Amino acid sequence: MFVAVIIAIWEVISKLGIFPTFMFPPLIIPSVPGGVTVFKTLIGGIFSGQILAATGVTLSRLLIGFFIAVVLGLTFGFLIARYKWVDDTLGFFVTALQSIPSIVWFPLAIVWFGLGNTAILFIVAIGATWTMTVNSSAGFKNVPDIYINAARTLGSSGSHLLKTVILPASVPHIISGLRVAWAFAWRAIMAGELLGAAGGLGYLLDLGRSTQAMDLVLSIMIVIGVIGTIIDNQVFLRMERSVARKWGLRT
Amino acid sequence: MKVSLKKVNKSFQKGKDDTLKVLNDIDFNIEEGEFVSLAGPSGCGKSTILKLIAGLDSPTSGEVLVNGNKVKGPGTDRVVVFQEGGLFPWMTVFENVTYGLLRKKMSKKEAEEKAMDGLRMVHLINFRESYPHELSGGMKQRVAIARALVMDPDVLLMDEPFAALDEQTRLVLHRELQKIWQETGKTILFITHNIREALTLSDRVLLMSTRPGAVKKEFTVQAARPRDPSDSNIVDLERRVMEELEEEMEKVLKEEFGNDYHLEKSHVRSSDHSDMGSHI
Ligand SMILES: Nc1ncnc2c1ncn2[C@@H]1O[C@H](COP(=O)(O)OP(=O)(O)O)[C@@H](O)[C@H]1O
Ligand SMILES: [Mg+2]
Repeated sequence: MFVAVIIAIWEVISKLGIFPTFMFPPLIIPSVPGGVTVFKTLIGGIFSGQILAATGVTLSRLLIGFFIAVVLGLTFGFLIARYKWVDDTLGFFVTALQSIPSIVWFPLAIVWFGLGNTAILFIVAIGATWTMTVNSSAGFKNVPDIYINAARTLGSSGSHLLKTVILPASVPHIISGLRVAWAFAWRAIMAGELLGAAGGLGYLLDLGRSTQAMDLVLSIMIVIGVIGTIIDNQVFLRMERSVARKWGLRT
Repeated sequence: MKVSLKKVNKSFQKGKDDTLKVLNDIDFNIEEGEFVSLAGPSGCGKSTILKLIAGLDSPTSGEVLVNGNKVKGPGTDRVVVFQEGGLFPWMTVFENVTYGLLRKKMSKKEAEEKAMDGLRMVHLINFRESYPHELSGGMKQRVAIARALVMDPDVLLMDEPFAALDEQTRLVLHRELQKIWQETGKTILFITHNIREALTLSDRVLLMSTRPGAVKKEFTVQAARPRDPSDSNIVDLERRVMEELEEEMEKVLKEEFGNDYHLEKSHVRSSDHSDMGSHI
């Protein structure tokens, strides 16, 4: 309903002709017969494969970068929770790093890796690593002693203790870490691709800007919004809920 | 002798160069098959003693022996039941109970059979697929007891296992625990700050004094089992223990209130005197 109202308002503004069509294209109903609409571009883009291909590029980059960030974040988080001296050094540093927007790393990434895929992956990974580190170290640090003590008197130790108690006991923190890290990665990749000139949805956005095709820009914005929402709802929210149900945290 | 503590001292680092002495020359033995309670005001060091026996912490000086061997770390010959059970919330009841068994490199089939026996003993066989949060407090403690017993430990250590339960449930569990103890013949060290609970369950009660914690007095309970808390022997003992404890409580209050406590006392006295003066 709310979405319908927004669409209606948009259409009206577009039809009033206050702005040129290329700046403010109609969503569904063309202003001139056979003229451009965002909807048409979106469907066309998907069928021609242009938008689909770009989405594929973006998502595969995102997954790789996110995966690297999660592995690094869990490792750093564990070391910070386990060793006091790592906490005093890296732990302190990470809090500072976390406050740097990931795109700030881009000039450095271009110099190190050249303009392209690797630089974008770097931006994505670094954008998500620090928040993953902070969340997972909080998770590991807050494992109640009673679980660890109970497991130790039942014969567990070392990597068995890590695998069967410390990791599962940190799962609620780790999942919220994953969720935030994903959001950071998602923002980072758009910024990276806009500037990175190496394909993907961000690159299409930039293409839309340079050819003054706002119908394309808007189509891609819709795709980004839809994918982001679906993943947050279907993957992370679901994970959070199922853990909450199993643990009886809240229902 | 199953468990033996010899001149055990324990201090914790408190700040940079300040230490807190928690246990002072603790000396006691527990015989094979004996049910012993350790009672005393909270903060007197009961849990610390239990952790030393469990091998979860080590003494500053002195020796802790189990089966004549010095305790070097945790071992499945000494299993603990904690106050809140310490059940793993991400595992079902059944998975909790098989956890230690599977770690023993036992076959899956054997572990599952033992877990079923354990759950049968505490009457929770129908709840094996439930998660801990779906159980009541008393049921959780019974799962924790089953999880410990299936390990077939030499010594069962229990740290205020029933403290968080309501009176009714606690009475039921007292009866169940005594029955389990009689059937299995386990050596049990039971920690509580509830004197009646200690007297109802144990052969022997070690009463602790505080700051630093030390064993102040020992009471042997000679009432017939299963015990009835209104047994004249127990009621009598309870009165004697309470008298001992009053002294301790006074000490605790003095420390907690600091100077205020002295003020209160002297104030009461002086007002007594003035009352007497005006009435004469
Ligand atoms: N790991 C620790 N570090 C510092 N102080 C501790 C630690 N564990 C216990 N204490 C202190 O030791 C005292 C005894 O604690 P505890 O053995 O838990 O008492 P109880 O179980 O009788 O209530 C308390 O004053 C507590 O604050
Ligand atoms: Mg305690």
